[in-house]
Amino acid sequence: MKTNENFSPEHLRYIRGKKLNGFFITSARLFLIVFIVAIWEIAADIGLIDSFLMSSPSRIVKTIGELISGGDLYGHVATTLYETVMGFLIATIVGNAFALLMWWSESFKKIIEPYLIVLNSLPKIALGPIIIVWFGSGAKSIIFMAFLVTVIVTTITMSNAFSATEAGKIMLLKSMGGTKLQILFKLVLPSSVPTFISSLKINVGMAWIGSIIGEYLSSKEGIGYLIVYGGQVFKLDLVMASTVILCILAGLMYAFVAILERVLLKQR
Amino acid sequence: MNEILKLDGVGLTYHTETAEIHAIEDVSLDIAKGEFVAIIGPSGCGKTSILSIISGLLKPSRGKVYFNGKELVKPDNSIAYMLQRDELFPWRTIEKNAYLPLEIMRVKDAKRKTDVERLLKKYGLWEFRKSYPERLSGGMRQRAALIRTLASSPELLLLDEPFSALDYQTRLEVCDDVYSIIKSEKKTALLVTHDISEAIAMADRIIVLTRRPTKILNMHLIDTDKSISPLKRRESPDFGKWFERIWRELNNENK
Ligand SMILES: Nc1ncnc2c1ncn2[C@@H]1O[C@H](COP(=O)(O)OP(=O)(O)OP(=O)(O)O)[C@@H](O)[C@H]1O
Ligand SMILES: [Mg+2]
Repeated sequence: MKTNENFSPEHLRYIRGKKLNGFFITSARLFLIVFIVAIWEIAADIGLIDSFLMSSPSRIVKTIGELISGGDLYGHVATTLYETVMGFLIATIVGNAFALLMWWSESFKKIIEPYLIVLNSLPKIALGPIIIVWFGSGAKSIIFMAFLVTVIVTTITMSNAFSATEAGKIMLLKSMGGTKLQILFKLVLPSSVPTFISSLKINVGMAWIGSIIGEYLSSKEGIGYLIVYGGQVFKLDLVMASTVILCILAGLMYAFVAILERVLLKQR
Repeated sequence: MNEILKLDGVGLTYHTETAEIHAIEDVSLDIAKGEFVAIIGPSGCGKTSILSIISGLLKPSRGKVYFNGKELVKPDNSIAYMLQRDELFPWRTIEKNAYLPLEIMRVKDAKRKTDVERLLKKYGLWEFRKSYPERLSGGMRQRAALIRTLASSPELLLLDEPFSALDYQTRLEVCDDVYSIIKSEKKTALLVTHDISEAIAMADRIIVLTRRPTKILNMHLIDTDKSISPLKRRESPDFGKWFERIWRELNNENK
């Protein structure tokens, strides 16, 4: 690393400008959220909006506090988190396994492709009633829903990534006498790591969609359940509070994948 | 006769759903150990196809290939293929890229590894051995690709337009580099190129091919001084004479 003395004043100015700009962006972001929350709170306070219908930041915080002190929150969060993570993991494993098979056997790929395309365009929620009949109205159904929403896209994305491996590099390995297994491990998998990571990031969002839809359809516990319940009994504070918790959870899971990204890219 | 490679009546027909493409009509040739042979021909005539057959990636439809007197049926560790693009793996460092053939061929021999180290040192890539390819210039990358090609210590190098992705200046430099590396490592080389001057500057012998379906149109022994570099050879008085002759031949062929 170079020390400051090695830089020209021009370069130092450039660096300072960059830092200032970064500072500006971060403060503007913070300001935006504080501004929205403040306006919302004030509007509710002076009666500009009906806080019964729109809730308000202070009421949301109070509701979250009640959920925590009542001891309910933990169970709901744990349930939804478990369902989402399970759906996400199973879909990632199964989707990648299918994509691998499709890379390995061109015929298998050709046979399965039209089905994938049809399944991909099908709104998965249409299968809700069938899933509930098959798996009952518990966590299993919801995990399956999260799995279903995620798995098809994973398969298609990863299969495309595997077959996009550069032909020239495959030829190179073949000319060295490389086997199919070597081509897979030395070339196809490492070159698909970036796509794998972006598919993980997309899958996090998809799995949340799946698990919340699943909880909407049938559940007795979970964040999705809280939202539906809150809506039915007109407790909009509960609906809003649950949504905020959902945002936080989804954000955390995304951050976890982002950390994984750095680890994976280093270990290639 | 110390011949290393022999093509005997090799022909190739590609089959696709819509067409049958006769790429190679009939090519027979012998290459001696240590020789530097250039193949030149109209574009799309089947030059890459010939190299693919010799590398064992493609089976000829007719005829046979002999390598060191034995019939060649699959990729041989003693034949290395260098492609038009460097094809360095961007997630591997330069040294890891150079070791790739050893990994693929499962060579555990420590001597081979030291040999690659020696090449990296000798040809100016040692200090970049821990760098990733994106950090290197086009010329350096091509040199790294050549060292990777040499890692398995092959006897015969197949070079498919290895300089065509480089700009003119770099191309002349890398051409000199590659030539001196190949000569000092005492390898046999078969170079495919579009560039007549490059062929004359580097080769001991030039094979001119006809249009597709291709066969050998003519062969030229380039009798210039082999001890001088390709760049210097371009200045020799015979250079223009050779250029003129081969250019005419190719031009007639392209009509
Ligand atoms: N896999 C393939 N299937 C069908 N036809 C092919 C295939 N590969 C090459 N060909 C055809 O065979 C002919 C010879 O191809 P080849 O790549 O060997 O020519 P080339 O002399 O190397 O061409 P270039 O000058 O463009 O490098 C071309 O007409 C090409 O279209
Ligand atoms: Mg070619």
